[in-house]
Amino acid sequence: MSADRILKWVTASFAMIVVVLLCGIGIMLLVKSWPAIHTFTWHFPLTRLWDPVQGAFGALPFIYGTVVSSLLALMMALPLGLGIAIFLVELCPDRLKGTIAFLVELLAAIPSVIYGLWGIFFLVPWLRETIEPWCIEHLGVVPLFEGPPYGIGMCAAGLVLAIMILPIIASISRDVLETVPNDQREAALALGATRWEMIRTAVLPYGRSGLFGACFLGLGRALGETMAVTMVIGNRPEISTSLFHPAATMASVVANEFTEATGELYLSALFGIGLVLLSITFLVNLGARWLVLSIGRLPQGT
Amino acid sequence: MDDHGQKLSTQHLQAWFGAHLALKEVSIDIPGNRVTAIIGPSGCGKSTLIRCMNRMHETIPSARAAGAVLLDGRSIYQQDPVQLRRQVGMIFQKPNPFPTMSIIDNVTAGLRLNGLRDRRRLEEIAAQCLQKAALWEEVKDKLRYPGAGLSGGQQQRLCIARALAVNPEVLLMDEPCSALDPISTSKIEELIHELRAHYTIVLVTHNMQQAARASDQTAFMYMGRLVECGETRQVFTTPKAQQTEDYITGRFG
Repeated sequence: MSADRILKWVTASFAMIVVVLLCGIGIMLLVKSWPAIHTFTWHFPLTRLWDPVQGAFGALPFIYGTVVSSLLALMMALPLGLGIAIFLVELCPDRLKGTIAFLVELLAAIPSVIYGLWGIFFLVPWLRETIEPWCIEHLGVVPLFEGPPYGIGMCAAGLVLAIMILPIIASISRDVLETVPNDQREAALALGATRWEMIRTAVLPYGRSGLFGACFLGLGRALGETMAVTMVIGNRPEISTSLFHPAATMASVVANEFTEATGELYLSALFGIGLVLLSITFLVNLGARWLVLSIGRLPQGT
Repeated sequence: MDDHGQKLSTQHLQAWFGAHLALKEVSIDIPGNRVTAIIGPSGCGKSTLIRCMNRMHETIPSARAAGAVLLDGRSIYQQDPVQLRRQVGMIFQKPNPFPTMSIIDNVTAGLRLNGLRDRRRLEEIAAQCLQKAALWEEVKDKLRYPGAGLSGGQQQRLCIARALAVNPEVLLMDEPCSALDPISTSKIEELIHELRAHYTIVLVTHNMQQAARASDQTAFMYMGRLVECGETRQVFTTPKAQQTEDYITGRFG
């Protein structure tokens, strides 16, 4: 066999490993969660009660926790990340560009557990002693801000997640804005647009599908993030309208409880949660890739 | 052609890209309600010259200009560039409609920036401008369709309609036909001829036939300098400078 053929087969088999792994993980989750699926059927993701002692396993509090904490994070990180991207692409002097972009990407390099530590020892006390009491006193009538100030809880998780997904949103938005052709900017400026009007009428609409993609990629990361969230969210399987109430996410409950899951059904329920989590993140990431790629397919002038 | 006074003029205009001097002491007078063509080989500074006239040149990082540009006798460097660009519109080499906007939204984009919200008024102005840009007949039934779906020549006329909508006095055209086929080109040239009655037009072109056909006055530029400027007929028949003659007879460029 010639060297080129060997190279082809060896590298192809490496590539196949990815496919096998992906399928393997999916199948493993399905098999392991089968007892739970068989017992609870489609009630599993819709049941509010999670009480391992009683043998009651419902995934709804975790699905709720994951979705709400991730959306909370997205709501905070999106304006910030988009602002950073706009600054870097449209307004930043060239000599500062590299440094700021580097610092933003460095945020992504901080290990999750460090964010968790920072969350527990800095963010949570600050929330508990300053932010939450103020909110409860002045905005307490709104269900979002009622209850005692725990510090740990949905709000802390959302904040930590927001910081963690900020770099991915900022850097992908920046890449998207950089693909906007200069003649679009000039078209707006020549009509008498200010910088901001140019960004609003020409740059953002041109990149909108890519920017949605950046959101989805950020969301995908937030949905699956485990360590930092587990450290600050409080791990209580309850659904509460208050952002200051402790909660739990799909990732946090699996990480927290797999060592103590004694019964077969308990463990199987955790696998079931894992299956739900994988499906959601898989779909979100798929959607994100599709949106980011679609920016290259915009109709072009001749 | 009632007003042939100087609409726009530059005096000792110099322009740089970083350390590169792209315009060397250019002084030119652009008469009102006429078409002034600027010809010259690639890189001679003709685009840079008109991009100085609406202060687009300075939007490029590291680019700067010195000297004077006067619009109706007033220095444009003492005006707000945003306001100036509403008086001095620009058409680019490559048609650049906004791809996410419909045809009508493209035309009214500048007006909406100005804060005009009245739908009926917007539609009225859009129709007028599309008529002036000789595009109305072709698009009147698909105003809500995306502008990017039009052909190249139609897109360029759409861009002209968009520029006309903000009611400019001067139109700067930077090689508006270089990306178009001959039929679209002749349509744009006809359009230039008609627009001349109401607008002052500066037409940058590398196509000498186009300059000869479409313009009243022609300026020849070479290596960042204005070599010669005069009545189009005179420049093409009895040029004063040897360089102009060499260029128009095809000896270089």
